[in-house]
Amino acid sequence: MRSMKRTLGSRLLRNIALVCLADGLVGMSYGAIAVGSGLETWLPVALSVLVLAGSAEFLFVGIVAAGGSPIAAAVTGLLVNARHLPFGLAVGDVLGRGPRRVVGSHLMNDESVVFALGETDPDRRRAAYWACGVGIAVCWPLGALLGAVAGNTIGDPAALGLDAMFPAVLLALVLPALRDRDVRAPALIGAVVALAATPVLPAGLPVLAALVGLLAGVRRAVLR
Amino acid sequence: MTGQLVLIGSVGVLAAGTFAFRFAGPALRPRIATRPWMERTMASAAVILLTALVGTAALTEGHDLAGVARPTGVVVAGLLAWRKAPFVVIVLSAAATAAGLRLLGVP
Repeated sequence: MRSMKRTLGSRLLRNIALVCLADGLVGMSYGAIAVGSGLETWLPVALSVLVLAGSAEFLFVGIVAAGGSPIAAAVTGLLVNARHLPFGLAVGDVLGRGPRRVVGSHLMNDESVVFALGETDPDRRRAAYWACGVGIAVCWPLGALLGAVAGNTIGDPAALGLDAMFPAVLLALVLPALRDRDVRAPALIGAVVALAATPVLPAGLPVLAALVGLLAGVRRAVLR
Repeated sequence: MTGQLVLIGSVGVLAAGTFAFRFAGPALRPRIATRPWMERTMASAAVILLTALVGTAALTEGHDLAGVARPTGVVVAGLLAWRKAPFVVIVLSAAATAAGLRLLGVP
């Protein structure tokens, strides 16, 4: 722990802790919403431990609570989580080998990936990824459990503005990468494609469709 | 009873499939990341996905638009991030802006 603090510095560690805390709060509302919509307590808790990917769990719970088929819910969740494959190609170097790679793979999520991407030094990349990954793996299920047990006592998460926190965190963390012109154009094109595709494509696919933005980068490289 | 089993099975399928996606990247990476331009492309792909996530998470809810309060909160956070405000301030300003607007009756 002390060596992690030395590698990361207290500012980055504080930022990671804040994100984990925020995720814990969202986890509480997730657990409360799931139980409040008539599902048993074990379901949101099991999903939070075994799947450990917030948006896919929200969708799964939403579809099942609405009376949809659990199989359709699983397929939708898998579509949403397909983005972890390109994530692993980008930051897979921080995971190590053997059992560490197995554990580290499970800790992969939007937040741990974006914290790792923000660091250039290999030691700091690794430390940021693991600190954020472990923190969320603890806070998210704990929040889901507390929320599920407390049930409807937690009010509407939107009233607290919790839904604005996740995109704000990601935006603050990807902004430095977007200062690079070669990345900015493909990323913005990709975001526009994803937004345009959202009304028509099933959940999860719009974000993957953003990868067509890569073609803009290729074109730029060829023209040069 | 069958319903319960289908539910448990579906949780298992989602968990196993998600893990497979997560494990495939690091496992395939040594074979793919042999050239610098490959490495750069993979890093760009991650930034593109995260930027698209910011857009969809800020502006949409399911297949529809997310209203006004949440996007406004994210824009405020983005401006503060651009001006290099402390991270805590950025994140809390997003929540406070969205919550404040909703208190005023903005959706």
